[in-house]
Amino acid sequence: MRSATARRPRSRPRRPRLLVHAALILFGIVMLYPLIWMLVGSFKHTSDIFSHPDLFAKSYTAKNYPAGWNANGISFGRYIVNSLIVVTGAIAGNLLACSAAAYAFARLEFRLKKMWFALMLGTIMLPIHVVIVPQYILFSKLGWLNTYLPLIVPKLLATDAFFVFLMVQFIRSLPRDLDEAARIDGCGHFRIFFRIILPLSLPALATTAIFTFIWTWNDFFHQLVFLTDPKMYTVPVALRTFVDSTSQTPWGPVFAMSIVSLAPVFGFFLAGQRYLVRGIATTGLK
Amino acid sequence: MTAGGEGRGDTPAAPAGEQRGRARRDRPRRSFSDRYAHYVFLAPWFAGLFLITLGPLLASLYLSFTKYNLLNAPEWTGLENYRRMFGDPRFYHALKVTFIYVGVSVPLQLALALALAVVLDRGIGGLAVYRSVYYLPSLLGTSVAVAVLWRQMFGADGLVNGLLGHLGLHNLPGWISDPRFALGSLIALNVWTFGAPMVIFLAGLRQIPGTYYEAAALDGAGRIRRFTRITLPLLSPVVFFNLVLQLIHAFQSFTQAFIVSGGEGGPADSTLFYTLYIYQKGFGSFDMGYAAALAWVLVLIVAVLTAINFIASKFWVFYGDE
Repeated sequence: MRSATARRPRSRPRRPRLLVHAALILFGIVMLYPLIWMLVGSFKHTSDIFSHPDLFAKSYTAKNYPAGWNANGISFGRYIVNSLIVVTGAIAGNLLACSAAAYAFARLEFRLKKMWFALMLGTIMLPIHVVIVPQYILFSKLGWLNTYLPLIVPKLLATDAFFVFLMVQFIRSLPRDLDEAARIDGCGHFRIFFRIILPLSLPALATTAIFTFIWTWNDFFHQLVFLTDPKMYTVPVALRTFVDSTSQTPWGPVFAMSIVSLAPVFGFFLAGQRYLVRGIATTGLK
Repeated sequence: MTAGGEGRGDTPAAPAGEQRGRARRDRPRRSFSDRYAHYVFLAPWFAGLFLITLGPLLASLYLSFTKYNLLNAPEWTGLENYRRMFGDPRFYHALKVTFIYVGVSVPLQLALALALAVVLDRGIGGLAVYRSVYYLPSLLGTSVAVAVLWRQMFGADGLVNGLLGHLGLHNLPGWISDPRFALGSLIALNVWTFGAPMVIFLAGLRQIPGTYYEAAALDGAGRIRRFTRITLPLLSPVVFFNLVLQLIHAFQSFTQAFIVSGGEGGPADSTLFYTLYIYQKGFGSFDMGYAAALAWVLVLIVAVLTAINFIASKFWVFYGDE
């Protein structure tokens, strides 16, 4: 922040700067208005949500939350637990598998390394839709449909190449002297990886964990394809059934559960902003 | 990312190889760990590459030449699926919808991202707060919850019409139920997530040395000249990076269209994204062969566009070392 101020010519007088702030704040409010409106709306009676763009209503109710929580005959808590299982597995998988692959790409020498690395980058661009049909067939042959295995096992196999790339970039920035010193002390690659590289890579691991959480929590496509039993539904798939079940959507409860589903993402966003910004600035994750 | 990533990847690898070579001469035998460590570290990734990515990729190429409904064995039909596409109006329509969506939303999104990044980079204070506020929608934008919100907002009794009603506009259409406007609401959703490219632009702007601007200011260059002559050329690799990334993202959009249109593709197929059509064919009617063929066409489109992007970039992307 300060460096930016210092290196720019200070040609701007004080008053326009206030105007810039006013414009930026106004724009921010416009952007966040729908979200805030939904949050307030989750405490309004459904009849008040229709055609009421105002933030405030005459009366508020907390009933939307229990109503939405129990709307499907299956408690929303169940969906949250299901999502947490998937997300936990995905985070563990990505942290272990992607960091291991990244260590090899960043620090080890082997044949065709450049080719494999290019292939790894190439998989980042591959649309998931082209592999989903055979994956579906594979997982159905394995009897994995309606389990969380199709959502977790690929992460254990480092298929989120974005994170491999992120960690390669990070590990390259660590001084090699550390590895060399450890090698002279007789450490093998496994000890160097677990004792030196992983502890030093904590920021990159945090970025990976947070992004994996948000992406997996938000992921709809895979969960829609692989989960068909309502008891196994995760939060996004369950939320979708709320709006599709009837033509008259009960917006109050739907908004309430939408807020519940966004809350963890928002929490991680607040807690991990530093890592999120760094992650996106270096690799373009979203 | 590929351009930057590979460039950076090549340079440190070479001297590292020399070092390793010298170490090997000092110690005549490489240890077991040295020779085989990479197999262990890469084992999961290799397994994933072959079983989850490349295998299915080849399988879908094979399936695209077959008729397959999951129940019977795939039946080889040669180019039939691709021929079928030429006569399939919904295929053309899905392509058109997707191209309009990508072609309108990505430039708008990037323009907004760049404009705000430039304003925020001026050192007006409060950068961290603004950055967070503008970035938040990027994280939420692909969620079902926000898609649900959009569905309400752009409905006949939704937030947007309510706000316009305050301005005296009444009897407005339900935007998502009107084929003329349904796609527009999804474009708005994608533009709303401009925060992610904005953060990348901000990081890029940080790399431009302030001395350039000081020199230009001394020479009497105005703000617009400084932007077009210094900021834009020096930022062009980042613009390119964002463009490639957002194009790829936008082509693969699915959740928003699926939720907003109730999985149908909207009124008169007005929001029938290409990915939605693949899903309908594959998992709606279990027409797996045709779905695979459609998916391969998507891969080709994305690959060709990315290649065009890389070729065109030679004319407008400026790397400092040239």
